Amino acid sequence: MGRYLRSLGAFWSSSLAMELEYPLNALIELLSVLGNLAGSVVVLALFYGRGHDLGGWSWDEALVVLGVYTLLDGFTSTLLQPNLGAIVNHVRTGSLDFVLLKPIDSQFWLSARSFSPWGLPGVLAGLALIWLAARRAGASPSLPTLLGTGLLLVCSALILYSLWFVLAATSIWFVKVWNATEVLRSTLVAGRFPVSAYPPALRTLFTLVLPVAFLTTVPAEAILGRTTLPWVLASLGMALLSLALSRALWRYALRYYTSASS
Amino acid sequence: MAIIEVRGLGKSFRVADKQPGLGGTLRHFFARRLKDIPAVRDVSFSIEPGEVVGFLGANGAGKTTTLKMLTGLIEPSAGAVEVAGFRPFRRQASFLRTITLVMGQKQQLIWDLPPLDSLRVNAAVYGIPEPEARRRIEELAEMLELGEELRRPVRKLSLGQRMKAELLAALLHRPSVLFLDEPTLGLDVNAQVRVREFLADYNRRTGATVLLTSHYMGDITALCQRVLLIHQGRLFYDGSLQELTQRLAPYREVCCDLAAPYPPEAFAGFGELESLTGQRLRLLVSREQLTATISRLLSSFPVLDLEVNDPPVEEIIGRLFREGAVG
Repeated sequence: MGRYLRSLGAFWSSSLAMELEYPLNALIELLSVLGNLAGSVVVLALFYGRGHDLGGWSWDEALVVLGVYTLLDGFTSTLLQPNLGAIVNHVRTGSLDFVLLKPIDSQFWLSARSFSPWGLPGVLAGLALIWLAARRAGASPSLPTLLGTGLLLVCSALILYSLWFVLAATSIWFVKVWNATEVLRSTLVAGRFPVSAYPPALRTLFTLVLPVAFLTTVPAEAILGRTTLPWVLASLGMALLSLALSRALWRYALRYYTSASS
Repeated sequence: MAIIEVRGLGKSFRVADKQPGLGGTLRHFFARRLKDIPAVRDVSFSIEPGEVVGFLGANGAGKTTTLKMLTGLIEPSAGAVEVAGFRPFRRQASFLRTITLVMGQKQQLIWDLPPLDSLRVNAAVYGIPEPEARRRIEELAEMLELGEELRRPVRKLSLGQRMKAELLAALLHRPSVLFLDEPTLGLDVNAQVRVREFLADYNRRTGATVLLTSHYMGDITALCQRVLLIHQGRLFYDGSLQELTQRLAPYREVCCDLAAPYPPEAFAGFGELESLTGQRLRLLVSREQLTATISRLLSSFPVLDLEVNDPPVEEIIGRLFREGAVG
């Protein structure tokens, strides 16, 4: 355990050093986070400005969902994109060899090796938006509610991570799976709005097949104090299940790894 | 007790069988035909602790595939491998701490950062306490003649410096079995010599076992008392380097730049004509006749430049198989 923590420290401090070699990149990423957020707020504002409502969600409540989405998107830019996005290249160029020969869990290495600080503004903006919008929507969350929301947010991060890792792991067989991860990222965009805003067919799809509902709507409902125990349990179960699935699939995939030729 | 034990090792790869052209591509997309290609067949050998063994073979002979099975990267299709008492493909942490793999054409150092940052990561991953890691880095850096290069971004290092830093990173955990795949690839002669000297020194100091592939005969002659020769996936020769060089060494390669073009017939009686492109001549000359041939060349032709080399391993091996000296 201590070795993993120390490794994580070495991983992230070297990633940070690496990112700081290219300061212009920092500025671009920051602008892109702010641009995305502004764009989403404008779309929502246009919608509510015409007196529509979104699947029974008020303007402020919908902003909470947007906040959760922004938070997850920041998490994606900080950890998922830099790490899981690199797996395909590891497989294609054969540098996965070096990972597999280290006496450390290869899934841990591949999932935690890089850390991009440029997603952190998104994380902070997301947290701020969740808090402000929830207060304006009239919620005064108690400590247990906050803890529950935190737990659900961790679950949604885990679900998203596992799905992405599963897709990236299939690169062992198919090598190029960038398209698949793009599809995942664009599906996540659907999570900017409450899931009940979508037609029933899509709603089912987003709950059962692509767990968009668990990613954003469920944690948002939690902080607004409207979630029910079954949803919490379902979310928890979904997270553990998808994590276990990603792990099992990775182990299975490694049996088929042939390593790029020299 | 052998440290590397290989019995009847085999590996075949399932590859796509695609016809060229659009028609072939379409057919391949809809009905993928696969076939099994044997890369390594029934290879057996054993290596004692502390041995430095050269692993020779043409491109595609199966060297890298065998190394990957020995390091546990890929699973053998047949046979058994044991390295330091472990079955490599299980990749237990204690096995991975015992071995290292250096690949001349791949690198593990972080491109944009100085080698020291990558070394810190490796120290953490292998659980080497920081003071101990510092001591080891210092010791290895001295052996490798690396100094402030360790503080410069890897992308700004020369190929030779980078390779030495790669070696440092690969040896930080003090492995006792070293697998080196073309560790001197692309290095200039000086850098090659330094890497060789380092490897010999490391082997002497630590008693580590080394299995090394190389295209440069010089690496093999400088380091290995014993060689394994692999051809089309099969082991063709396992024995002392001396015995092998006795069969091969009669030949040296003489390259000349001539001041004027000559027909190939002009070089009859000067050994075996390997190639003649424009005014550049390459001859294979037996060792006993080397000096005599060179002085005759110099007196008979307007020679601008002349060098004498060991023929490349590929050439030697090709010759070996043509002459049926092995097999």
